[in-house]
Amino acid sequence: MEWLNAVVQGVLLGGLYALLATGLSLVFGVMRLVNLAQGDLSILAAYLALAIVQATGINPFLAIPIVVPVMMIAGYGLQRLALNRTVEQGPLPSLLLTFGLAVIIQNVLLDVFTADSRGLDAGPIENASIHLTDEISIGVLSLLTLLVAVAVLGGLSWMLANTQLGRALRATSDDHGAARIVGIDNRHLYGVATAIALGTVAIAGIFLGIRTTFGPSDGPTQLISAFEAVIIGGLGSLWGTLAGGIVLGVAQALGNQISPTFQLLAGHLVFLAILLFRPRGLFARVGARQS
Amino acid sequence: MTAARGYRVIQSTTAHRVAAVVGLVLLGSLASLPSWGDAGTMRLLIEFFTLLALAQMWNLLAGYAGLVSIGQQAFIGLGAYGLYLFADLLDLHPLAAVVMTAAGVGLIALATSFFVFRLEGGYFAVGTWVIAEVFRLIVAGNRSLGAGTGVSLRSLAQFGAQGRIALTYWLALAVGFGAVFVGALIMRSRLGLSLRGIRDSEVAAGSLGVDVFRAKVAVYLIAAVGCAIAGSVTYMNLLRIQPNAAFGVEWTARIIFIVVIGGLGSIEGPIIGTLVFLGLRELLADYGSAYLVVLGSVAILTVLFAPRGLWGLLTARWPISLFGVRHRLVARTMTGVEEPIPPVSTESTR
Amino acid sequence: MAFLEVDRVSSFYDDFQALFDLSLNVEAGETVAIIGANGAGKSTLLGVVAGLLPNRAGSVRFDGQLIDRLSTHARAKLGISLVPEGRRVFPSLSVRENLLLGAYRKRPGPWDLAAVFDLFPMLRERADRSGAVLSGGEQQAVAIGRALMANPRLLLLDEVSLGLAPVIVNQLYAGLPAIAATGTTILLVEQNIEQALVAARSVYCLLEGRISLAGRASELSRDAIVAAYFGI
Repeated sequence: MEWLNAVVQGVLLGGLYALLATGLSLVFGVMRLVNLAQGDLSILAAYLALAIVQATGINPFLAIPIVVPVMMIAGYGLQRLALNRTVEQGPLPSLLLTFGLAVIIQNVLLDVFTADSRGLDAGPIENASIHLTDEISIGVLSLLTLLVAVAVLGGLSWMLANTQLGRALRATSDDHGAARIVGIDNRHLYGVATAIALGTVAIAGIFLGIRTTFGPSDGPTQLISAFEAVIIGGLGSLWGTLAGGIVLGVAQALGNQISPTFQLLAGHLVFLAILLFRPRGLFARVGARQS
Repeated sequence: MTAARGYRVIQSTTAHRVAAVVGLVLLGSLASLPSWGDAGTMRLLIEFFTLLALAQMWNLLAGYAGLVSIGQQAFIGLGAYGLYLFADLLDLHPLAAVVMTAAGVGLIALATSFFVFRLEGGYFAVGTWVIAEVFRLIVAGNRSLGAGTGVSLRSLAQFGAQGRIALTYWLALAVGFGAVFVGALIMRSRLGLSLRGIRDSEVAAGSLGVDVFRAKVAVYLIAAVGCAIAGSVTYMNLLRIQPNAAFGVEWTARIIFIVVIGGLGSIEGPIIGTLVFLGLRELLADYGSAYLVVLGSVAILTVLFAPRGLWGLLTARWPISLFGVRHRLVARTMTGVEEPIPPVSTESTR
Repeated sequence: MAFLEVDRVSSFYDDFQALFDLSLNVEAGETVAIIGANGAGKSTLLGVVAGLLPNRAGSVRFDGQLIDRLSTHARAKLGISLVPEGRRVFPSLSVRENLLLGAYRKRPGPWDLAAVFDLFPMLRERADRSGAVLSGGEQQAVAIGRALMANPRLLLLDEVSLGLAPVIVNQLYAGLPAIAATGTTILLVEQNIEQALVAARSVYCLLEGRISLAGRASELSRDAIVAAYFGI
């Protein structure tokens, strides 16, 4: 029964990974760009929320509507001022630039907040749980995270399918030259994509901060989890990314059951297995390509 | 241009031969250091040459084969722990241990290549990092390898303190000069020509008959073995091996900064980069993490504004090169004089 | 002053010169065809007008305004719509979505989804098919429709007939008069001389980056065209 409970926990954890992965997936889809600072940006959001909470005493959930717009504006700026110069130049420059950014973020956070572990205190919700049976319980916070993830993914999916902006993003991802012909300003659109990505990543970071403690160097772990969720789920499909996040979460939860130190490794091994046997991922969209 | 009587393709000019001789003289004088220098200087040079070797390997991967790896620390750590395994646990002579480690890592890299080469571009990069993390976690969970607290290398004590430093130093010299030499050799060879073609356009290279995949795997294996050897030598100096440090992504951070700032895609670049890196570190030693912020910022600015790094800026003004890796066309004129034909620059009109 | 003025334009691909001091004018509401053999510079010329390629010398004026410095999307905003060589329909989008995206920079005018479906009825039946599974002729119709959705003042057509069966090409060209009737100026590039002469009032022939012949379609003799086309 403990195993079933572990699976349930894993499914819920998957929501968090899906949120992190969405940003990575969107930016790669539109610009063929992997943002190596993604994880550190989510940690940055958590620290911003921390600063706000420490200054005003409000509940961390209320910090979300403040932090998310700030991060979105920062994302737009980052893309237009720096990353746009690297977009149509192959993978190398953007990887180097975002790697440098990751190092900078980690060390600035270290300087400002020290290496101490921090947490965002959201009150009693953190420990509340719904008991489904005697042995299976669902943490309210975990459930909320999953629901928020589904809502964000749903909203993004709807936007991509039904709005002019969504069509423009998909078209630019297909053929950025032809997109220009239709009147799309690529530089602006890339900025919008990164802004959306940082928005979702900020939400993920704050939920992460509420759920567990965090420190300045936790970014890379988040990046790797997000990346694994994307690859497991398959490129080109947002719901695939959710599925990938869930598979990863379940793998880690089962690993944790075997031994707490095995948790991360279990996730990596499942990822490697998928890479070996189903390199396109579990739900890859036909026509999606890596480059 | 006067009419030519014939053409020849050369790779080394007189300037290159002079540089090679200078290099040999330098090697000779450096090799004699243990008899007149102090341990502190030797340690710094060990660090310089091992970092240089790592940078050359990464440059081969990224600058020539177009493969961005952020997981070379996998092989650095394996080099360290391999040394421990063969020298401490299995009682081999340290040199034999290094050789065995290199061979072992070659095989391991062959296995990991099956995974990472299913990915491309940025995803390939993160994939290499995952591989490094897997090794880190496996080692950190293994009691006989010291688990999380790590191990100390004791087998080198047999040489005495001075002997150990000297041995490590000579190995570092070999590794550093060797990496540069191997890099230049590869670039002069057919593999190098293939790599340059692949770097410019994979599709075009493939259509000319270049086996793109095999070339990339070959470079991946060479870089893995090179990093492992450099890793072994590094820890012969440091003595204390811990999984988080040995398999840490900080290695990649150092290497990337060195190559980016020095100059990607040239053999001279990493040499300059290593000098700048160590120089900056000495300069900013008292400022803690500000040093890394500076490094990161300089790297970002370099990527944006000087993509070929310091060496690129230098050669834009004065077209020199220290290593004869490019093929040059030389025309023999009617009077018997040989005139080099300057390469057509493909960057002039962009 | 003409609606579109191309004045002594030279264009290069790195060191290769594709257009030499080329000048031509298009009057408002006119349909003008540019013909020429492969490599003559026709698509290059269209690319320069659309903003895809820079011109190193000379100038391009649209409705009196100098547009050399403007990017492609800015020119789309001004009312210049290009139907590119190779169609370049977006494979991730359906026919309907491709057309709707065409209205990204839309100006007021008669062209909307219903009007485009009236012009090319086969698109109405395939409205929800993905752009990736269309035939060549359907893709070309989508590409033209997509350009029309912006209600352009200047429509640029690059090699509409390329790779398509004559029946399909006729169907597509049959729609041109309806487009011209709304006042749209059309500049089209064609290898198919017959179609070009039927569709356009004025014709320019390009040879190796220069104009070798210009005049009214009705007034040019067959021999003159052949000579200008092949450079005999």
